[in-house]
Amino acid sequence: MNFDMSPYGAFIWPAYGLTVLGLGGLTLWTVARWRAAKAKLALLEKR
Amino acid sequence: MKGHMFDWLFRYANPARFMGLSGRLLPWLTGAAALALAAGLYLGFSAPPDYQQGRTVMILFIHVPAAIMTSLVYVCIAVASLFSLVNRHILADVAARTAAPIGAVFTFLALVTGSLWGKPMWGTFWAWDGRLTATLVQFFLYLGYIALWNAVEDETKAARICAVLALVGAVNIPIIKYSVDWWATLHQGESIFRAGGPTIAGVFLWPMALMMLFYMLLFVCLWLVRIRTLILERRVRSLMQEAP
Repeated sequence: MNFDMSPYGAFIWPAYGLTVLGLGGLTLWTVARWRAAKAKLALLEKR
Repeated sequence: MKGHMFDWLFRYANPARFMGLSGRLLPWLTGAAALALAAGLYLGFSAPPDYQQGRTVMILFIHVPAAIMTSLVYVCIAVASLFSLVNRHILADVAARTAAPIGAVFTFLALVTGSLWGKPMWGTFWAWDGRLTATLVQFFLYLGYIALWNAVEDETKAARICAVLALVGAVNIPIIKYSVDWWATLHQGESIFRAGGPTIAGVFLWPMALMMLFYMLLFVCLWLVRIRTLILERRVRSLMQEAP
């Protein structure tokens, strides 16, 4: 594997970084919302 | 329509059945997505520089899948919206609504990664060219669709209005696809889904195809989880209303 992106590293790495941030953030948000809904439902059903 | 060919679909569109089936599918889909990502990244980072574009070809592996997902997610929203309008099925509304934020993120990433690819290759981050402008319009369509869902308080009414917007907005999908053929654009012409096969060398096509598979599986996983979440949130709301 070759991680040397020269002379275009200034464009390639930000593109990958933003993709990781975008997809990672979306995944975390989705999972967090699922967990919150599941916890809330469990609490309500317990009452 | 409901009587014959879509019977199987409506059987699984029952929220209880959907929760069971999606719960069983999700671990497999997540595993497959992780494998596709690992293989795609391995082949991508092992690929040689392109003889014209050098190492910027690395952006191909994340830009093209995001750009394809821009249209693909919207087609899913449009199909779900059609079912919502014709069959008034609650799960169709939920499916359309929950796909939109995922589509917006893919579109944003297609625009940003394309811009970062454009600068070293075209000498500019942005040009008002047919493909780029149509993709930007698509991004605003996603934002408008999400905003409309949140703006209308009555969910049934919101579903109807948003379904109409989604179907009208679908006219932009062929514009994105054929923009490079209809107008003289800075963006390169069709090089993957074209008559006669792809023009990209196999050494770049394979990692791109694997990353495409990853993006599609990720979309399906996130979509399923978001639909499941909305079903639970509706159940929470109805329990709270029932509570004394």
